[in-house]
Amino acid sequence: MSAPATEPASTAPDAAPPEPRYVPLRTAVRALLRKELALELRAPQAVPAMALFSVTTLVVFHFALQRGVVDGDLASGVLWVTLLFAAMLGISRLFVADHEEGGLDGFLLAPTDRTALLVAKAVGLFAFLVALEVVAVPAFALLLLGPSPSFGAYAQLAVLLLLADAGIALVGTLVGAIAVQTRTRDLIVPLMALPLLIPVVIAAARGTSPLVLQGGSQGLEVRWLFVLGLYDLVFGLLAYALFDYLIED
Amino acid sequence: MAALPAAIELDGLTRRYGERVALEDVTLTVAPATTLVVFGPNGAGKSTLLRVLATLLRPHAGAVRVLGRSLPDDGWAVRGRIGFLTHEPLLYRDLSGRENLRFHARLHGVAFARVEELLERVGLRLRADDRVSTYSRGMVQRLAVCRAVLHDPDVLLLDEPRANLDPAAADLVEPLIGAASGRTRVVTSHDPAGGLVEADLALGLRGGRTELLAPADRVQSHEIWALYR
Amino acid sequence: MLYGTRLRALSIATLVTMTAALALAFFYAPMDADQGFMQKIFYIHVPMGIVALCGFVWGGINAIQHLRTRDAKYDLRSYVAIHLSLILGAGVLVTGSIWAKASWGHWWVWDEPTLVSFLIVFLLYATYQPMRFSIEDREKQARYASVFAITAGAFVPLNFIAVRLAQAYTHPRVFATADGGLPAKMQLPFYLSLLGMTLLYITLWRYEMASKNTSAKLRALRRKLAGDDAVAPVGRTAAPSLPTT
Repeated sequence: MSAPATEPASTAPDAAPPEPRYVPLRTAVRALLRKELALELRAPQAVPAMALFSVTTLVVFHFALQRGVVDGDLASGVLWVTLLFAAMLGISRLFVADHEEGGLDGFLLAPTDRTALLVAKAVGLFAFLVALEVVAVPAFALLLLGPSPSFGAYAQLAVLLLLADAGIALVGTLVGAIAVQTRTRDLIVPLMALPLLIPVVIAAARGTSPLVLQGGSQGLEVRWLFVLGLYDLVFGLLAYALFDYLIED
Repeated sequence: MAALPAAIELDGLTRRYGERVALEDVTLTVAPATTLVVFGPNGAGKSTLLRVLATLLRPHAGAVRVLGRSLPDDGWAVRGRIGFLTHEPLLYRDLSGRENLRFHARLHGVAFARVEELLERVGLRLRADDRVSTYSRGMVQRLAVCRAVLHDPDVLLLDEPRANLDPAAADLVEPLIGAASGRTRVVTSHDPAGGLVEADLALGLRGGRTELLAPADRVQSHEIWALYR
Repeated sequence: MLYGTRLRALSIATLVTMTAALALAFFYAPMDADQGFMQKIFYIHVPMGIVALCGFVWGGINAIQHLRTRDAKYDLRSYVAIHLSLILGAGVLVTGSIWAKASWGHWWVWDEPTLVSFLIVFLLYATYQPMRFSIEDREKQARYASVFAITAGAFVPLNFIAVRLAQAYTHPRVFATADGGLPAKMQLPFYLSLLGMTLLYITLWRYEMASKNTSAKLRALRRKLAGDDAVAPVGRTAAPSLPTT
């Protein structure tokens, strides 16, 4: 007979080990996400920095390109480089709070699936990226974008952004987890993440170009959505398979 | 008297750190509801031993069984029954005491009423909504104790639990993590006299190797002192 | 596994094959009408590229084994594989640049998707050693390196697909059809060179494995004979460590 799960250690002999306690994945993910968002709201680090950085980068682009407005390929490129580099900041900060405050051990002691941390961090980073874009895209439209895309074009851009964000979030979680253990964290993140994200840049930039043409937006080519989808799938599977090895031991 | 199944069994536990050995061939058995006190100088492997038992580190060789489950393979099955208190409080400084405990409560499937109960018992209820960064070291330690016993673990792993606690605070946490709590405990200690008093079994480590292993009532203080020379 | 065996035989085989391949390339293979003699660098560039990529994949496979078995020897195999492929990769980029100059008149072109993809892969793997070096805990270093090697290995095909999609297909390929459809007189030197490069890689890999294994064994012996303190601890290094037993 095994002791009931909630009693303290009993002195009666147990025939079998006590019942394992287990917290389901969804509950753990929700708990972790709440903590992530609470921390970011309480002591904002990542999102304001990323947003500010993106606006500053747009200003730098204005002077570096020596143009008042951009459109087409150039506009697409400026937007995606800005978003990507701002994302690097978010990725660098992703695991720092946990690493410094021993929070990872706190999670590792919990009777739940390790994957919960991967999901929570990736969703958290995704949310931060969306928050970044809420600032960066209007800023871009205001400061540098020549043509005024239609609502439909913006809607298509949103789809592209969401798919790209998913890829960046997955890669960012993996790279962030690796980088937090190194001594040269802020250097390793861009060096490792940028090559890995080039397929995202290719698909996203190519996909965005027709949306921001001077002569009026043309449609989004669906194949770029497929490329992004494939990328997200591959990295999702990779992250799922490999993440545990990064946080154990 | 029928033999009680052991709460903790180690058989030849070995754990390396790079090329050095952190723990070598440690073998012992801890009966349920008893206390093992681990002595030894810094770097002797005390913290490593606790971390292995907490399922945070995997053994490189040898067998480890906690509550009848073999580690690391069945670590998942006992994680919810182990309470771990270490030098790091494992708390987020920017969150309040209550928020920290509630976070851990969610992760362990524990009701919030337990959080309130513990905050009351360690005397932190009034400061529970302040950020942990505003707490004194003693308060942080008290909160960490709450975190460690939140889920009512069967086994307690305590790394110098009374560090930073004044006598009044130590009294408050004693029923939660002391011998009277009825839990199986593994405690590290630098205090030969005090440590032996609360121990049922004493383990002396040096350089990862077992220098001393005996029931506490058969160990003298000077033998503990010898570990440090 | 003993890596030091057959090293001499392998070295000779490599030397012979490579010399034969290069000789054939210079004297037997046809001269390209447009690009002239420089085009012959193709016989080094493409086989080197193929072997380098296979080396990266081999590094990834060993990394998977390392994570599965936690045996440090797989980490060493993975490390050496990637490290050699990176060196070959640098060679690929240099010879690729020479070939680009011969074919299109510029030292670099963005129109050749394979070369561009290779650059990206090279930049990624170039972070492998710095990453290893900056993680001090040896076991963690090995584990993280393996995760990276697997991620990067899976990334290689994804990257090639993406870059290919991105290319406007403006420039015709250098040879009539895609890889494999080489004109007859080019086939022999090409495949011989490919064989030579493979042998070169294998030989170098075995040399390095043997050397590292021997050092590790020597350290272990010294430890056993003179005690732990007689052997200075290994300083920070990116190279894998092997267990002392």
